[in-house]
Amino acid sequence: MIQTPSVQLEAIWPELFLVGTGIVVLLAGVLFRRIERVSLLLFSLAGVAGAAATSIRLWDWEGAPTALAGSVSVDRFGVVVRLVILGTAAIGLVLAHHYFERSGEGRSELYALLLFATAGMTLFAVSADLIVAFLALEILSLPLYVLTGLSSRLGSIEAAMKYFLLGAFSSAFFLFGVAMAYGSAGSTRLSAIAEALGGRTGSVALGVAAVGLLTVGFAFKVSAVPFHMWTPDVYQGAPTAVTAFMSAGTKVAAFAALMRVFNVAFQPLAWDWQPLLWVLAAISMVAGSVLAIAQTDIKRMLAYSGISHAGFVLLGLTAPGEVGISAALFYLVAYSATVIGAFGVVMLVSSRGERLTTLSSYAGLARRSPVLAGLLSLFLLSLAGIPPTVGFVAKVRVFQAATEAGFWPLTLIGVLASVVAAFFYLRVIVLMFMRDPEEDTVPDDTLLPRLTLAIPAALVLVLGVFPGLIAGFLDQAAVLRW
Amino acid sequence: MNVPWLTVLIFLPLVGLPVLALWRASDAHARVFALVVSVADLLVALRVLGAFEPSATGYQLVEQVDWVRSAGLSYLVGVDGFSIWLVVLTAFMTPLAILSSWGVTHRVRLFMALTLLLETAILGSFLALDLLLFFVFFEALLVPMFLMIGVWGSARRIYASVKFFLYTMAGSAFLLLGIVFLWFQTSQQFGQGSFDIRRMEELSLATTTQRWLFVAFFVAFAVKVPLFPLHTWLPDAHTEAPTNGSIILAALLLKAGPYGLLRFNLDLFPEASRYFADAVGLLAVIGIVYGAVVAMMQTDVKRLVAYSSVSHMGFVMLGIFTFTVEGTSGAVMQMVNHGLSTGLLFFAVGMLYERTHTRDIGEMGGLAKATPWIAATFLVASLSSIGLPGLNNFVGEFLVILGSFDADRVLGSVAVVGIVLAAIYMLWAYQRTFQGPETERHRGLIDMVPREIAAVVPVVAAMLVLGVFPKVALDRIEPSSQSVVAWVDSVEVDQTGLPGGLRADVVPGAALGQELAEGAP
Repeated sequence: MIQTPSVQLEAIWPELFLVGTGIVVLLAGVLFRRIERVSLLLFSLAGVAGAAATSIRLWDWEGAPTALAGSVSVDRFGVVVRLVILGTAAIGLVLAHHYFERSGEGRSELYALLLFATAGMTLFAVSADLIVAFLALEILSLPLYVLTGLSSRLGSIEAAMKYFLLGAFSSAFFLFGVAMAYGSAGSTRLSAIAEALGGRTGSVALGVAAVGLLTVGFAFKVSAVPFHMWTPDVYQGAPTAVTAFMSAGTKVAAFAALMRVFNVAFQPLAWDWQPLLWVLAAISMVAGSVLAIAQTDIKRMLAYSGISHAGFVLLGLTAPGEVGISAALFYLVAYSATVIGAFGVVMLVSSRGERLTTLSSYAGLARRSPVLAGLLSLFLLSLAGIPPTVGFVAKVRVFQAATEAGFWPLTLIGVLASVVAAFFYLRVIVLMFMRDPEEDTVPDDTLLPRLTLAIPAALVLVLGVFPGLIAGFLDQAAVLRW
Repeated sequence: MNVPWLTVLIFLPLVGLPVLALWRASDAHARVFALVVSVADLLVALRVLGAFEPSATGYQLVEQVDWVRSAGLSYLVGVDGFSIWLVVLTAFMTPLAILSSWGVTHRVRLFMALTLLLETAILGSFLALDLLLFFVFFEALLVPMFLMIGVWGSARRIYASVKFFLYTMAGSAFLLLGIVFLWFQTSQQFGQGSFDIRRMEELSLATTTQRWLFVAFFVAFAVKVPLFPLHTWLPDAHTEAPTNGSIILAALLLKAGPYGLLRFNLDLFPEASRYFADAVGLLAVIGIVYGAVVAMMQTDVKRLVAYSSVSHMGFVMLGIFTFTVEGTSGAVMQMVNHGLSTGLLFFAVGMLYERTHTRDIGEMGGLAKATPWIAATFLVASLSSIGLPGLNNFVGEFLVILGSFDADRVLGSVAVVGIVLAAIYMLWAYQRTFQGPETERHRGLIDMVPREIAAVVPVVAAMLVLGVFPKVALDRIEPSSQSVVAWVDSVEVDQTGLPGGLRADVVPGAALGQELAEGAP
């Protein structure tokens, strides 16, 4: 008799919700050409909300740690990561809707592509099998390539091309890593790899090779040095609303997958990957911060700052197990709230399309728009890690984790990098508050995106003062089940 | 009812922030509102002073709430003999600072909001007993001060504000590293990580670890003091800041440095404190003489006062590192006194600048004719600053020198030179500014207005009270001085293992690495 695997669709309800909504939006856009795009936006937001609700229901899941024949895992880690990604998706949807409506390039595929990318991100974070992880990686990447090139500007198309070519390379590395892992353990399932490597039945040499190749794939997606080359170009070229979404969402998803793969499948090889992450963390923090100083475009500056922040998350992850995961999760929550807010403000300052992204156009912003200048200062201070913003708490937590793991020299490097970084964040604040305006353009003063940006701003402040509100949940979520 | 007075004290000014943000008040209303809030906070500070038990040692009025339990972080505040007077000084000087900035007309609401934010951050750093909470307040000082200098300052304001920010940020980065490392030690030794300094005191740290941690903490605080040779941000920041900012910087913000040394370095690293005491004493005395000599050369009256701060803060450092009861109490007295007299000096200079629009001593002269009351204010502040008996500074400096003679006669003798030099540069500045023939340009200046008199009178009164009857303050400081001196005296400097004194300790990264490796899991 053939045993059929039990199908527990609850485990992937959030992804089904997202993809389903995406398909409906796509069809509606084609079938009803007259449809108001606002209703598509609202429907997409409803889909995201449904995905969030179904993933919250998984918090008290009592079944097996993995579902669907061991391809996706069901644990609190997955719930938290999904919620973070869905949060950025919701904000990203509103921002993108506003951006394209205002630039006159509104189209209905936008919402569907965003939803598909989101589904790929959440699936990437919960996949318990390397093949599923690879699928998810592609599901998240392809819509992002298209979104990057969705605007008809030349810069946008060039960025999409670059992103696609380099992304395809990194996917190949990732796939090669999966093959090595299969060669080592005879399975692509994370738990099986862990057992094979832990029980010394698998080939450790191939396992180490797999770790190396997978690291390349992950490092590309989280934009860690030396796999960061695409980041500034793509962040600058992509429509700012898309940049806001992908800078936050991709990083969270890729780091979540990295944590799961390394802490579950390759946990027996922790001694091998720790130094790898150590080096990546160190050079990302230093190179990101130093290169950001030389930038004259705010989107490029934020891109380099994102590279340096990838280093800080890696700093937390050098601590294996729950300590590192909890710290890194907190950092990701802090970073995604902050960076989506910062890019949101950049989008509003550009007013329409991609004008005014040079640093000098921020001179005297405090006089032209005190609200936007205040918001951007808040986000920049959080990126710099100045209390009482959430960025400070996040930094302390990753420092704690790394020091506890015995890597205090890395903490020292991190501390020095954050001093260097403070300089370029500060420079923008100096421009906004202390210089006279060079432009007299009035920034976008539509109410909706401003209200949307109030959410990350409130998170940055509230979680900065009361980090305990989520610290408990994150500690519970830091236990990976497999 | 059990009112958490310290929390009220810290956060009352913060309550003014949303009001100033949402209420579209006119400039005049915003000023009055900020003044009312700061005076209310002064009343709370006096209530705390009343509740303070003078003879008791240890922390009083302690409040503790878990903040992030899993990280061992708690909201923990308390007051002792060292902080009580600094807290009262802060609450006392903030209304004065607000009164001094009546002339600000550019973005008044933001200016007042930043002033109140600064008050909260300063009070918080004096009262926090949880090391990370202290760091939060200590860092939160930076941004409002940075904006205050950069937006409302004079010509070279942006240079000065960025320099200020980067100096202090670089210093406190090492502090953060040290704090995280100490937390790691508590989690190793007690099984549960904690930032509570009372727990951290119980740590047993290896000698080399302790010395490195001392250095990490010391750099952060020495920048704030500022100790020679880390002082170069101060003349720029003080000079370019608006009057309000100069007063808050000089009277309050600088005190966070020596306070941090006294509270954390001496408490947590007694052995290292003794080990480095001679070096710190030497730097302090260099600062005293150097600051005085450079002050003498200045032609900008605000810069002159700024350099005099370097000199006066040298006395504070010298006093702390004598490890005598007189020296420590004197240092705390000197902190309060310096706050009062330098605050008043900056206030007087600010009044002059508002009227003459110059800070160049060469362009002044004979101002006492038109503005006799400003001249009198400046003279009183100068006399206090040079340590005239009967005024406040005398007590602090005298005690510090007494203590330093106990500890090291040579350093004490050189420090006395600083007092003589102070007399020269302050009185000379007074003479060149206010005496002599009146210049044509400055005829008919307006003398002090009632608002300014209202600000000056309480400060002068406080200076007289502390000068004639210092016992009020000393009685409350002394128990804490005694306990910290006893604590530092109870350890012996470890001479074994690292021969050659200071020089050997600069090199041995290897020794530290080895110890850390042994401590790591």
